[in-house]
Amino acid sequence: MLDIIFYIFAALTILSAILVPVSRNPVNGAMFMIVSFVSTACLYVLLNAYFLAVLQILVYAGAIIVLFLFIIMLLNVEQVKTLRPSFFSQIAGLLALCILSLGVGSLFLSGSANPSPELAVSAGSGIARNFGYMLFTKYMLPFQVSGFMLLVSMIGVILLSKKINVEVPSRKEQGDA
Amino acid sequence: MDWTYIFFTVLKAVIMVTIFMSIAGYTVVAERKVASWIQERPGPNRTTLPIILAIPVIGRIVTRLGLIQLPADGGKFLFKEDPFPGHVNKVYFILAPIVALIPALTTMTVLPFGEITRDGVTVPLVLANLDVGMLFILAFSSLGVYGIILAGWASNSKYPFLGGIRASAQVISYELAMGMSLLPVFMWAGGTLNLFDLVEAQSGLLFGCLPKWMIFFQPVSALLFLTALFAETNRLPFDMPESETDLVAGFNTEYGAFKFGLFFVGEYAHVTMGSALFVVLFLGGWSLWPLNIFGLVDYPAGILGAVLSALVFMLKTFCLIFFFLWIRWTLPRFRYDQIMNLGWKRLLPIAIANFVVYAIAMAVYIRFFNQA
Repeated sequence: MLDIIFYIFAALTILSAILVPVSRNPVNGAMFMIVSFVSTACLYVLLNAYFLAVLQILVYAGAIIVLFLFIIMLLNVEQVKTLRPSFFSQIAGLLALCILSLGVGSLFLSGSANPSPELAVSAGSGIARNFGYMLFTKYMLPFQVSGFMLLVSMIGVILLSKKINVEVPSRKEQGDA
Repeated sequence: MDWTYIFFTVLKAVIMVTIFMSIAGYTVVAERKVASWIQERPGPNRTTLPIILAIPVIGRIVTRLGLIQLPADGGKFLFKEDPFPGHVNKVYFILAPIVALIPALTTMTVLPFGEITRDGVTVPLVLANLDVGMLFILAFSSLGVYGIILAGWASNSKYPFLGGIRASAQVISYELAMGMSLLPVFMWAGGTLNLFDLVEAQSGLLFGCLPKWMIFFQPVSALLFLTALFAETNRLPFDMPESETDLVAGFNTEYGAFKFGLFFVGEYAHVTMGSALFVVLFLGGWSLWPLNIFGLVDYPAGILGAVLSALVFMLKTFCLIFFFLWIRWTLPRFRYDQIMNLGWKRLLPIAIANFVVYAIAMAVYIRFFNQA
């Protein structure tokens, strides 16, 4: 019974994840992304990780994709021209494919991708209090570092999207100020 | 898994959906009646059937109260011609009303609405007693915005689009203040996110007369949550997405017949759910005040207690639904910039300050007074 549910949601996750970059309409892509995130959350539920599942929906499906949709709709990208990728991006894509297939191949050959024995469900992993306690004691450093990385990327985005039209103040104004 | 277990689970879910949807439906009628009382007019009082009029006294009363209005409206929505404008995106146009209704029905799975005592053990009446119940509700109610945003976009015309964009911006802004306002509540209740534990923590008396409801311990949180709830359910004075004076009918301008009906019922389902949630969080759920001053603390064991607790819970919820309707016909609508100012510049800072103050107060209390 649980196995069947797992296979259904696993298939749904992968299928909708594939459909995200493939679909022509960006709104379709965003919707498939939601389906993918929600079915990932269902997989977490099957692992008894309710807290993680709820956070997955709250953060990704509830907040991030709304912003995606917002941008797509405001920019109104109705008819997307089929862009021919430039020479450099073709080379980069080929390189990425090579590295990825190398990685996946080595995983299969080394045998570490074989199914591992079932892990014991850690007691009370669903309770927010335990989660928070671990986050602020044992995993304090990774927590802080990831927060700092988010801050850095946020500053980067602000810097990139900001229009820089700094008017150079003339000498006289500087003198007045 | 046992098939009888599955059968009874599904049966319970169907019963709950039926009751919940009829309450949501009759909220529509209640809205029209409350509006008419406030505006001193009779309201819906003629819709009836010959069979019902034939019942001597009750038939007249039922007709006067407008109770037949709901099936009549439902039938009208079902059998009307379903207009389908030529310029819409068909898939999302059909999907949007469904998406708008589903979150309200999903969130009620974790809502406890009563308790039953069997063999000395008290368990909640709830479909799924989740440890992270509150987060579950926040997560799924945040999915409700997709219905509005998709309706606005799929309609492919000016006013629905503006309504959809406004609605989503508003919902995202107030979600933050809502989540922040709830943090001190759950800290006060001992760090649990389970709604049943929260209700249990609110039973009992303070100084022997006042109930131990959260609204007395956390008045600022209650006010913030209620305000955010109005904004999240798109109710007046925050009903920007469908402000008819400047947007025709907002995101559902292009909708008619049953699809419009789904949006309509979805809104009232959200109102019902929000009222029930406020009762659970701040008004002690089914804890019976003021009767528990006189020693009537626990409900009787068995089915009787379960029914009584559910009835008390429903009564409190109805009071709050009435409050929602009352506000709608009392306050004028805000301007859009006022709503955004209120959300980001007032509610959010107050919510954060509230959280910090309570966190410091609780830390000081635990450190110096209660060495637990």
